[in-house]
Amino acid sequence: MFEPQIMCFLCKWCTSSAADAAGTSRLHHTPNNINMRVMCSSRVDPQHILYAFKEGADGVFLGGCHPGDCHYVEGNYKTLRRITLFKLMLRDLGIDPKRLRLEWISAAEGKKYAETMTEFTEQIRALGPLHLNEKALVQEVVKDE
Amino acid sequence: MTAPLSAKNKEKRIGLFVCHCGVNISSVVDVEKVAQVLKDYPGVTISTDYVYMCSDPGQQMIIDTIKEKHLDGIIIAACSPTLHEKTFQEAARLAGLNPYQIEIANIREGDSWVHTDKEKATKKAIKIVKSHVAKARQNENLDPIKVDVNRRALVIGGGVSGLQAAMDIADHGYEVLLVEKNPSIGGKMIQLSETFPTLDCSQCILTPKMVEVSRHPRIKLLTYHEVESVSGFVGNFKVRIKKKPRYVDEKLCNLCGECEKVCPQVVPDEFNQGLSFRKAIYMPFPQAIPGTFTLDAEHCLGLNPVRCGKCKDVCDKKAIDYDMKETIVEEEVGAIVVATGFDLYTMQALGEYGGEKYLDVVNGLEFERILSASGPTGGEVRRPSDGKVPKSIVFVQCSGSRDTEKHMPYCSKICCMYTAKHAMMYRHKVPDGQATVFYIDVRAGGKSFDEFYMRTVEEDKVLYIRGKVSKIFKEGDKLIVWGVDTLTGKKVEVEADMVVLAMAMVKADGVQDLLKKLKIATDIHGFLAEAHPKLRPVESLNAGFFLAGCAHGPKDIPETVAQASAAAAKVGDLFAQKELIHEPTVVPVNDELCSGCGICITMCPYSARTLDPDRGVVVVNEILCEGCGACAAACPSGAAQQRNQTDNQIFSMLRAMLRE
Repeated sequence: MFEPQIMCFLCKWCTSSAADAAGTSRLHHTPNNINMRVMCSSRVDPQHILYAFKEGADGVFLGGCHPGDCHYVEGNYKTLRRITLFKLMLRDLGIDPKRLRLEWISAAEGKKYAETMTEFTEQIRALGPLHLNEKALVQEVVKDE
Repeated sequence: MTAPLSAKNKEKRIGLFVCHCGVNISSVVDVEKVAQVLKDYPGVTISTDYVYMCSDPGQQMIIDTIKEKHLDGIIIAACSPTLHEKTFQEAARLAGLNPYQIEIANIREGDSWVHTDKEKATKKAIKIVKSHVAKARQNENLDPIKVDVNRRALVIGGGVSGLQAAMDIADHGYEVLLVEKNPSIGGKMIQLSETFPTLDCSQCILTPKMVEVSRHPRIKLLTYHEVESVSGFVGNFKVRIKKKPRYVDEKLCNLCGECEKVCPQVVPDEFNQGLSFRKAIYMPFPQAIPGTFTLDAEHCLGLNPVRCGKCKDVCDKKAIDYDMKETIVEEEVGAIVVATGFDLYTMQALGEYGGEKYLDVVNGLEFERILSASGPTGGEVRRPSDGKVPKSIVFVQCSGSRDTEKHMPYCSKICCMYTAKHAMMYRHKVPDGQATVFYIDVRAGGKSFDEFYMRTVEEDKVLYIRGKVSKIFKEGDKLIVWGVDTLTGKKVEVEADMVVLAMAMVKADGVQDLLKKLKIATDIHGFLAEAHPKLRPVESLNAGFFLAGCAHGPKDIPETVAQASAAAAKVGDLFAQKELIHEPTVVPVNDELCSGCGICITMCPYSARTLDPDRGVVVVNEILCEGCGACAAACPSGAAQQRNQTDNQIFSMLRAMLRE
């Protein structure tokens, strides 16, 4: 069975805390996600998402605080605007916009986090592998170490 | 696009410590394998595993290894960073390593606790750890930004919570500014008659506190002032306060009261909830502080000696000045206590109870004034319409509270007790009167509360009917109350001379404008939100703001006072620090890359970034920057890079997680 790689950017205050809460409550979900904790969902540059696709992610997930709850006043609104526009660009690049998902998950919503992880994994599994790394559409941004 | 890795990072010596967490991690993740696989990973000098990294021997091993192997970066693969990041940062500090060289790889909450497939979980752990090694290779040594603290507090609101907070902070030895929008301090508590469950006279216990506050050498009282704007940050706020013109010089006024006698303008008296009248030039109540008359410009004939000018003519002290103007006071403080209080839900919202149509349907605060010795009836229970002594009063609890469909879903907490008090006081004053209370539940969960309630029922023979009231209407000079007794399931009809509605407590009128200026969070009902409902109940999430009293939610006087003292203690904690520490993981600007486009300035919610017009680059006030990184993501040239989470670090982490 195809095992997709899901890259997750989680805001420290809400969705990352929800991931911790899911752990504490032992809410099992598919192991396909790899999480990166960022201070705010608005720290995520569309370049990061594009780079994740290029490096082998089949799906990218962004988690932030619910509207009105952003720790940084309005970072999540900035994210929403960016991602809405970026999805149009993804389509033009030949990447199904469904491979990018933005969700508001509060620190109290461990269950929603676990369910979303499984659901998104299955959704990407159904879409199949992206293979963008082979197509090498994106310019190399980090020099070899 | 972004700069390549600098050469100095290549020589970094990184230590990896993989924790078993007893069996919490090791039962699912093959921790030995993780440590083994990472041994040869670029940058890793030493890789090891241990049963409990957070234990004393575990930490000692980390400290010894850092010293022995001359490590300049470490990864702890263990639980969530929210738990032990501080522990390991401290261990690193003891070993002489900069705490910002520590990375926590979460392989417990994010891996072993949510997966069962050992092979997949181990593979995932390896990816997680690798990404942190990739990041650690580029971590820099950072020093916390140190900020001075202005040891002066602002308390907003002069009710009992604000008075208590101001008093305590001043007693700690710090200066306090107490801002009150009304002409006098005292808040809602000064309007109350007796207080439950002891029946202390509210004014008698509050006025000494008011006097104490007004005479305290470290408290500056700013009554009839309103906060206009707040800027800055914890420890260093700048506040603009509007001084509303009183048109009477407080220092000259000797309270002779001649002005009040000659004033032709009669208006409803707010202090008595509109149950009596005052003049346009007035003193809110006899014990008002500061003791001065105030001229209410809205109701004055025009502040114009040609039109009236009677008060000015009779004032021997020449204290009245029609030309007084609104002025702005600028102050600097280090902490802000928000104690803005509450208001009662409007009776108009409950049209079926007739509060706006019938004079004899009053709310709880109006009834307090009727009971009060300083009230419009001198403490005799008389109904507003004709001044007759009511022989039957119906009290309706939960008027607007605990109604999830149309009104407030929450419990207003104090109404059960004050209704019991109202009914008891009424029975004491009118021994042949009948008191009937409609209730949903009686919540008497405070010290000596239930005994008080039982006394009301058993000794004072107040009739309690469990049920809601559906309609109140007038028949002749009687009010007819229709309700239901849910214990018998029967409809009931009670004839009353007067009805008292225990209206829900809601956010103070107009407080949302102030809270917007303060930029602090509220809950969905407009009450202030605390930083943590259990562990940080008196702090706002916004550093430097503290909460006290009913601005935070319905509560009684003892709880309000306790919370105000707690908030004051928290202000004391803040002021006891020599300097404040600000996280250095902010987003500075690389002058060489910055084109001065200003996109990052529009991103910043804290006004931390400004354009230097001379050099054409953006400059950052690192103390204001909270490190969200929204600007870094928006910067088109890569000039804005978050410290220890640069774009290069993110790219390296992504590569380590996804490619390998």
